Amino acid sequence: MRAVLRYVLILVIALLAYGAVLLMAGKDPVKAYGDIVNFTLGTPYGLSEVIVRMIPLLLTAVAVALPSRLGLINVGGEGQLYMGAWLATWGAITFTALPAIAFVPLLIVLGFVGGGSWAAVAGLLRAKGWVNETISTLLLNYVAPLIVGYFVYGAWRSAESSAFPQSPAFPAAARLPSLPGTRIHLGLLLALGVLVLYWFGVQRTKWGLRMRAIGGNPEAARRLGIPLGWYIVVVLFVAGGIAGLAGMAEVSALHGRLRSGFSPGYGFVGFMISWLAGGSPLGMLLMSFLLAVIFAGGSLLQLTQGVPFAAVNVLMALILFIVLAQLRFGRRRKA
Amino acid sequence: MAVKPHDGGEEDRSVRRRPGSSAQTASWLDSGGMPNRTDKVASADRGPLVSLRGISKGFPNVQANDAVDLDLLRGEIHALLGENGAGKSTLMKILYGFYRADKGEIVVDGERETIRSPLDARRLRIGMVFQTFTLIPALSVAENIALYLPHLPAIPSRAQIAGQIREVSARYGLEVNPEATVRDLCIGDQQKVEVLKLLLADARVLIFDEATRVLAPHEIECLFEVLRRLRDDGYSIVFITHKLREVLACADRITVMRRGRIAGTLSRCEATERALVLLMFEASAPAEVRLAPRRRTESATPSLELQGVFTRARSRQAGLEEIDLVLHPGEILGVAGVSGNAQRELGDVILGLLPCAAGRKLLFGEDATRWSAGRIRRRGVGFVPEEPLAMGVVPWMTVLQNAALGDLEKYSRCGGLALDWSAVRADVERSYGALGLSAPGLHTPAKALSGGNLQRAILARELGRLPRLVVASYPTRGLDVVSATSARRLLTTIRDSGASVLLISEDLDELYSLSDRLIVLFEGRIARTALPAEITREEIGHLMTGTGCGHA
Repeated sequence: MRAVLRYVLILVIALLAYGAVLLMAGKDPVKAYGDIVNFTLGTPYGLSEVIVRMIPLLLTAVAVALPSRLGLINVGGEGQLYMGAWLATWGAITFTALPAIAFVPLLIVLGFVGGGSWAAVAGLLRAKGWVNETISTLLLNYVAPLIVGYFVYGAWRSAESSAFPQSPAFPAAARLPSLPGTRIHLGLLLALGVLVLYWFGVQRTKWGLRMRAIGGNPEAARRLGIPLGWYIVVVLFVAGGIAGLAGMAEVSALHGRLRSGFSPGYGFVGFMISWLAGGSPLGMLLMSFLLAVIFAGGSLLQLTQGVPFAAVNVLMALILFIVLAQLRFGRRRKA
Repeated sequence: MAVKPHDGGEEDRSVRRRPGSSAQTASWLDSGGMPNRTDKVASADRGPLVSLRGISKGFPNVQANDAVDLDLLRGEIHALLGENGAGKSTLMKILYGFYRADKGEIVVDGERETIRSPLDARRLRIGMVFQTFTLIPALSVAENIALYLPHLPAIPSRAQIAGQIREVSARYGLEVNPEATVRDLCIGDQQKVEVLKLLLADARVLIFDEATRVLAPHEIECLFEVLRRLRDDGYSIVFITHKLREVLACADRITVMRRGRIAGTLSRCEATERALVLLMFEASAPAEVRLAPRRRTESATPSLELQGVFTRARSRQAGLEEIDLVLHPGEILGVAGVSGNAQRELGDVILGLLPCAAGRKLLFGEDATRWSAGRIRRRGVGFVPEEPLAMGVVPWMTVLQNAALGDLEKYSRCGGLALDWSAVRADVERSYGALGLSAPGLHTPAKALSGGNLQRAILARELGRLPRLVVASYPTRGLDVVSATSARRLLTTIRDSGASVLLISEDLDELYSLSDRLIVLFEGRIARTALPAEITREEIGHLMTGTGCGHA
C-alpha cells in the first residue's frame, strides 16, 4: 500500500515539475497533459501505440533486473539492443530466401546472440576481475550505435534510397507478424514470456537460488562452491540477449530495416523501470506501461503543442531524480 | 552549543579528566581491604553513577531485555555475564544510545536522562568499545583520536594531541605511538587506541563489548591490568563477556543475565565458578566437555596432504610459505596462531578459494591442486567459517534456503527447474536431530538468528552432509558455554566417525582439549608440529608471537 502511494507521489511531483517546464516554454501544461491522456488511453489506436512502445521497455527492464539479482549493474541495455538489431539485420538481409516459419526463430536467435555476446564481453571483464561491469556496459553503449552506423552508412547502405543511411528492407518473411490493423507485434508475446521466465527462473529454480545467493553474499556463495565467474558471464549473456530481442523486434516488426539511431533511448528507460520496480515482475509491467504512455504522449506533444520529442527526456529525468532522492531518503530513515 | 548543566563547562575540564578525585582515591587506600572497597565508594558518594531501572526492549522475535535493573558504581569493574542472546549487548547499547528502550529509565549521576543517540551518551561521558573497532585504518593514531574529541579546534595541534595521548597512555599502560598508522597496529594496540579515544574524550563510564574476543592470551592480561588502573582512578567499567575465567580474573561485581532478565548480582568474593554457572544456566548447568579419547585409524591415504604450498601475500598479511602438512582420517589437527598469520589462507587453500602459488595439494589421495571450490565441496569437504554471517550464509535468506544452498544438486528436481523444499526441510530436521540440536524457525532469515543459533545452523548444514574433511575456523568464537560445548562435541563426533578436521582456533583450551596433533602458524610458516602432550602453553604462546626460543 505504501509502495503504491510512493509511486503516485513520485508521479505527481514529476508531472508538476514538468508542467513548470512546459509553462516556461510558453505551453499550456493542463492542455498538454489532457492531450496525452486523451490520445494514449482514450483511443484504441493510441492504446495500441502505447503497447508497441511498451515492448522494448519491458524487455530492456528485464535485461537490467536479471543481473541485478546477482548484484550486477547492467547499464548497457541500449548497446545490447543495438547489437541485437544489428545481428538480426545481418540475418535478414543475408538469408533472404527463407520462409517465415524459419525466419522468425532465426531472427530471435540472432537478436539474442547479438545482444548477449555484447553483454558477455562486459561479463568476462568482470569475472576476470579486470573491469567493473557498470563501467564497461556503460561505455559499450557508445560503441554499439557506432557499429550500426558504420554498416548502414557503408556496406549495408540501401541502394534504393541512398539519401537515407539505412539497410535494405527486410524480406516480408523476416518481418515479425503483427496483430491485424495495429502495429502490436509478436514482440509483445516475447516480452511477456521473458517476464514470466524471469520470475520463474529467479524464484523457483536452483539457478535462481544460486543467483540470489551470489547477490546476497558473494563470499558465502564462493565458499559454498558456486562458480561466481561462470554465473556472471552467463547471466550477463542472457540479460544482453533479452535486450537484443528488443532491438531485433524493433527493426524487424516496426521499421523493416536497420536505421542508425533507431532507438530513442529504450535501454536507458528500461534501466530506470527496473530500478523503479525494484526488479519485481509486476512492478516492471506497470512501470513500463506508464513510461510507454509518456513516450507515446511525447510524440503527440510534438505534433499538437510543438514541444520537441526530446522534451519527454526532461520528464523522465525528473522522475529518475525524484526516485533516487526517495530511495536515499527511505534508506536513511530505516538505518 | 547545548551543554547540559551537569556537564559543566570548559573551565573544569582539566579537573574532570580524572573522574575519581584524589580525595576519593585516598579514601580507598584508607579503607584498606579490597573486598569491601566498592561498598565504601558507593556509600562515600552520591549513590551509583549509572542506574538502569526497568529497562525493557523487544525485537520482532524476541524480548531482549525484560524489566532490567542495573546499578553501576563509581570506580568498579562490573562484569555483565551471560549466554549469547541473554541481552547483555542490547542493554549496554541502550545505555550508549544505540537502541532506545521500550520502557524504563536511565539515571546518571542522580538525574533522569533520555539517551537518544550515542551523541547524548557521549555528552553524559559514557563511552563504548565495540567488538569491531571503529577506527579509520588509513589515519594515524593521533588523527583517529582527534576525530573523536568533542571540542576539536579548527586547526588541531598535532603536538598537543600527541602530548595528551602520551600523558594518558603512560598513566594507564596504554603505550601506543601516536604517529603510527592504525592499519599497521596489531589488534591489541588498536584496542588500546579505542580506549585512549574514550579517555581523551572525557568518558567516565567505559563499556567493553566482548573486549577479549580478538585478543591473544598475553594481551588479555595487559587489558585487565589497564582496567584495574582505570578503576583505581575512579572510572566505572562495564565488561561484557561470557567467559567465566575472565570475569573471575578482573571483575569487582558480576551481574549475570539470562534470557533478557537479571539472574543475579554477586560481588567478587561471593562469586565462584559454580555459582556463576548456576546463575547463567539455572539448574541445567552444562556437563563438562568429556572428550572421547582419540581413536585414530591409520589409513593408507591421508584426507589431506599439502606439499610445499605457497600462496601470494594478500595486502599486508603474510601468505603461506612452504607448508607441508598431512591430515589423516579420524584426526583433528589443531592450528594455533595469532590471527593474521595466514590461518585464513590455509583454510582457503584447502577449500579451493585461493590458488597455490607453488606446491601440491592432495585430497583423499588425488591431486586437487587445481580443483575448483565446487568440485572440492562435492568431494565431501565442508567448512565452518570464522565469520558465520559474512562468510557462511546469505543473511536475508531463511534457514531453509541457506540449508538448500549447501547441497543444491541433491534437492534439484526436473534438472534444476524445481527444488524439493520438503526434502530440504526433512534433511535439516534430520541433521539437527542427529547432532542433538533443536531446530530454530526454518523460515527465520539468517541475520535474525542469534550468534549461537546461526552457528548451529551452519554446523547442521555442513556436518549434516557427513563430510570427509572439515575446515573449522574459530568454530566457537563468540559462542556461549553451552553452544561452544555442543559445537566441540560435534567436531569430535564426526572425527570419531572417521572424518578429518582442521581446527583453526585462538582458544588454547579448545585446541588442547580437541586436537590430536597441533601445529603453530607464525607468519605463514608452520613454526612447530607437536602432540598436545609434548608442548606447553608457554611454548605455544612464544611460537605464536615469534618471541623466545621455541624449543625451550
